[in-house]
Amino acid sequence: MVNAKADAGVYKNTKTRVKTDAVKLGKKTNSKLNTKVILCGVQLDNPIIPASGTFGYGYEFAEFYDINCLGSLSFKGTTREARFGNPTPRIAECESGMINAIGLQNPGIDAVINAELPKLREVFSKPIMANISGFSVEEYAYIAERLDEEEQVEWLEVNISCPNVRGGGMVFGTDSKAAVKVTKAIKAVTTKPVIVKLSPNVTDITEIAKAVEGAGADGVSLINTLIGMRIDLNTKQPIIANTMGGFSGPAVFPIALRMVYQVYEAVKIPIVGIGGVSRAEDVIEMMLAGATAVQIGTANLINPFASKEIVENLLNIMEKYKIKDLKEIIGGAH
Amino acid sequence: MLKIMKQSIFKIKENIALTDSIFKMVLLGDTSDLRTGQFVNIKLDGFFLRRPISVCDVDKKSLTIIYKIVGEGTEQMSKMTAGEKLDLLTGLGNGYDLTLAGKKNLLVGGGVGIPPLYKLAKDLKGNCTVVLGFNTATEIFYEDEFKALGANVIITTIDGTKGVKGLATDVLKDIDYDYFFACGPEPMLKAVYEQTKTSGQLSFEERMGCGFGACMGCTCKTITGYKRICVEGPVLVKEELVW
Repeated sequence: MVNAKADAGVYKNTKTRVKTDAVKLGKKTNSKLNTKVILCGVQLDNPIIPASGTFGYGYEFAEFYDINCLGSLSFKGTTREARFGNPTPRIAECESGMINAIGLQNPGIDAVINAELPKLREVFSKPIMANISGFSVEEYAYIAERLDEEEQVEWLEVNISCPNVRGGGMVFGTDSKAAVKVTKAIKAVTTKPVIVKLSPNVTDITEIAKAVEGAGADGVSLINTLIGMRIDLNTKQPIIANTMGGFSGPAVFPIALRMVYQVYEAVKIPIVGIGGVSRAEDVIEMMLAGATAVQIGTANLINPFASKEIVENLLNIMEKYKIKDLKEIIGGAH
Repeated sequence: MLKIMKQSIFKIKENIALTDSIFKMVLLGDTSDLRTGQFVNIKLDGFFLRRPISVCDVDKKSLTIIYKIVGEGTEQMSKMTAGEKLDLLTGLGNGYDLTLAGKKNLLVGGGVGIPPLYKLAKDLKGNCTVVLGFNTATEIFYEDEFKALGANVIITTIDGTKGVKGLATDVLKDIDYDYFFACGPEPMLKAVYEQTKTSGQLSFEERMGCGFGACMGCTCKTITGYKRICVEGPVLVKEELVW
């Protein structure tokens, strides 16, 4: 899949400058630093993956920069039918973070396969992580089956942790038995690695992680957002129309890191670390806690170039902390 | 349609109060590729989300925004002084489509919905009727600026302290126009939608996460599908609204 000779990208002018076009092309370079990781048998040029819901279907970000510098991307959570989502306001600001209650707005699986993915393919040649969600076990399985024919989709990321919809999403992620059912149903209809995205809104996240591992999941990604809310002092009412929403941003990073650390000790399958990652240093921390790859979420919304800048800065930070090969640090803090 | 978002640093040239709560800020920086009716998204120290604010005027080196203190972020902005720098995303939103303009254009603005209409009136070479609605005389701003463009300006105040007493929409029936542009609070836009007999464009406001289409925080329903106020808006044409 990837040129075995290709190294981690060019690292020139060792102090500050990184030549990004070489990073994205994965050309052999004079660098001895290796950013490649293998996630469920699929190699990524680097572990950086924009998180679902913060990057659309990718192609719009390609208007801002060449998104091929990324390891992969996880597209917007997709359901069987098109969804409008929740009423507005859907967004509230917090100290070092934000709350969203989008409610899985997406064009539905048909439009994703027929319109969104073809547009993404034109601008993105890297493996794609398909984020799927549903309101029944059958819906999850149906979408998984539909995506099984999409070559560029290398992993299914199963969102059983959306806090913003009733009767779906998180209902499956806060109950081990339901999580097992969804995982098994998807595994039965797909040949692709299945990564189950976990909710932090549980007493013990390792319990759900172990349950989905037992059900055949190939990996887990964590964390989804934490349920939170804000109240407008002028109106004395919740800011979010849906009252509550998912809290994300740098403020949740220590919680996410702790959970990745705990899950790493509980399961053998690879972990995708998510939650408040905003800089290359955070990526290294996540990997030391046990993440094989790392998703960048809310940071993309504040700075549309965040994922690109993190990729560019990764080599600097690796050199600074004397890390030659990223995959060797996975779980290094244990 | 030209759509070029840029992230760049602007330097404050001036930041002055127009009324008790409304401020005008002139920013120096890269203003290329901006369209009338677009907005900028401003990063403020100590605040997580950017502040989306419509652009009032643009020239080769500077852009002008007019904003109201509505919360802690805009309050902090109001205290900034010349020489300070701000991180802006520019070129956001679709802007007005001037190719649809008529021969006798009507511009209707309410409160801080007024600023983007200024550049629009300028683009129309002042050849338009502008209705500016305020609550009271002390809140009036930019009346002279619109007049200086040659526009026929009608002021309304709810309390009647200046101009015509009532809402901006109360005077529409007496104006001869064949196309309209409106920007203001949603109740005003809805009244404009209901009381205008021609086609037109309305510019909307919504709480945003990113301002460039990624978060889906500002979506609204239209008869032509779901639209993000920050990308497919903020300007929507009358015929696509669901009201």
